[in-house]
Amino acid sequence: MIAETNSEPKVNSDTENKTVIQIRNLSKSFGENHVLRDFNMDLNKGENIVVLGKSGSGKSVLIKCIIGLIKPETGTIKVLGQNIPDLNREDLDKIRVKVGFLFQSNALYDSMTVRENLEFPLRRHSVQKSNEKENDLIMEALTNVGLAHTIDLMPSELSGGMKKRIALARTLILKPEIILYDEPTTGLDPITGKEISNLMNELAKKYNTSSIVISHDLNCVKRVASKIAMLIDGKCYAQGSYEELEKSTDPKIKHFFEL
Amino acid sequence: MKSSGFRKFLSETGDIARFTGRFFTELFKPRFEFAEFFRQCYFIGYKSLPLVAITAFIMGLVITIQSRPTLVEFGAEAWLPKMVSVSLVREIAPVITALICAGKIGSGIGAELGSMKVTEQIDAMDVSGTNPYKFLVVTRVMSTTLMIPILAVLADAVSLYGGFLGTNIRGVCSWDLYWNQVFDTLTYGDVIPSIAKTFLFGFAIGIIGCYKGFNSSKGTEGVGQSANSAVVISSLLVFVLDLLAVQITDLLQLT
Ligand SMILES: Nc1ncnc2c1ncn2[C@@H]1O[C@H](COP(=O)(O)OP(=O)(O)OP(=O)(O)O)[C@@H](O)[C@H]1O
Ligand SMILES: [Mg+2]
Repeated sequence: MIAETNSEPKVNSDTENKTVIQIRNLSKSFGENHVLRDFNMDLNKGENIVVLGKSGSGKSVLIKCIIGLIKPETGTIKVLGQNIPDLNREDLDKIRVKVGFLFQSNALYDSMTVRENLEFPLRRHSVQKSNEKENDLIMEALTNVGLAHTIDLMPSELSGGMKKRIALARTLILKPEIILYDEPTTGLDPITGKEISNLMNELAKKYNTSSIVISHDLNCVKRVASKIAMLIDGKCYAQGSYEELEKSTDPKIKHFFEL
Repeated sequence: MKSSGFRKFLSETGDIARFTGRFFTELFKPRFEFAEFFRQCYFIGYKSLPLVAITAFIMGLVITIQSRPTLVEFGAEAWLPKMVSVSLVREIAPVITALICAGKIGSGIGAELGSMKVTEQIDAMDVSGTNPYKFLVVTRVMSTTLMIPILAVLADAVSLYGGFLGTNIRGVCSWDLYWNQVFDTLTYGDVIPSIAKTFLFGFAIGIIGCYKGFNSSKGTEGVGQSANSAVVISSLLVFVLDLLAVQITDLLQLT
């Protein structure tokens, strides 16, 4: 992990155009509540950036802006070269095929079986696929997360960790280039959390994805982060590798790394 | 305190109006969700059928039994089918159907969409290439608007059958005579406005259920609240619309 982290910037410096997400001066407030103020961040191809921040600091708002679920007041969010706030519904849908989103609360459709949950993004995005191909994709996604036997269960019959895996399978089924994870390990026991983190790394390698991960779980952060961004007071307060930030003497940063 | 409550009422009314306006703009834009629409029709129409039928039957029976003594007093017992059929078809069957549906369907939609909102399922649909407003709201509102009139017509028939049994508990009225009297009494002016208003009832129930669900606040408490207020507001709206409908038919002299 450490070796990889160190080699990252070198790779990216000689291929400048490999920035997949570029966020500039992003601001968003809800009434008087200024959640994001002039937030800047870049995600390069192959990187896994972890965003650390207190509860309520606007981490979910940040990645919902990236996927176009929340419209920011000002700022640009370039995803694969296109500015998200400017896009109309059709262009947004095209980008969303390439950007997977794992929701904090999994967001599995309660009224559908696991199979139907996985079919949903396949069928709804106008990516035409034959029935057999569709079935293969579903089986592949479920096998990737090790839950092929749950295909006909309802979400209510699954445990928390299983739900997270199914949600991950649903996110991955369209083979996205970028994945946004909203607290993938929160609410899981340490062992399951570790499994999910390993799974994320495995899948990133297998499908060559880049990702933004939101997490407070230091074990998960250590495992997946190639870079960490600290979201404090609506700004990208600091960036760096786990080791760099861990050694920081800034009290605002330090207190995230104290156990 | 009072003015803030009033302001809240006004702003909510405005929100509902905007939500309704959005329904009409989304309704005619393509990608029609037929599969989901028919699924909702099945749930909303077919699944409410037994409940509506039983209530309508009982209402027909009870109204007939209770009207009898008054008519007997005037020596007008033979008018029982006439009187009962008008009140059943014009008012009782459609309003009871709408109220039952406000309770069953309105709360169902409010709770379902509310929990989908709270657990981010609506956002998940959005990122999966689906316009959640079209997929969830338009289909549900369309099916309540179409299914509640059908249920109401059914309720008319069942309640009249209840009326037939009610007439025969203490008196004698043959099957043919009863229906002859009923159809002699009922005019188009009775039937058409009574069916027309059920479309409005259905629309109101669907829109309010969806509005409350879509704007559910976070947490399981919010879901319960949206289901609850969906029932309260849509039942109230049913009565308000009923009042308006009766005024309009009266003005147009359709009575
Ligand atoms: N739709 C909304 N309307 C109004 N305020 C909102 C909305 N969404 C988020 N907020 C506010 O924005 C702030 C940031 O919320 P957000 O969900 O991004 O926090 P978070 O960093 O993800 O926290 P957590 O770690 O608990 O998930 C909160 O104060 C919240 O109240
Ligand atoms: Mg969050």
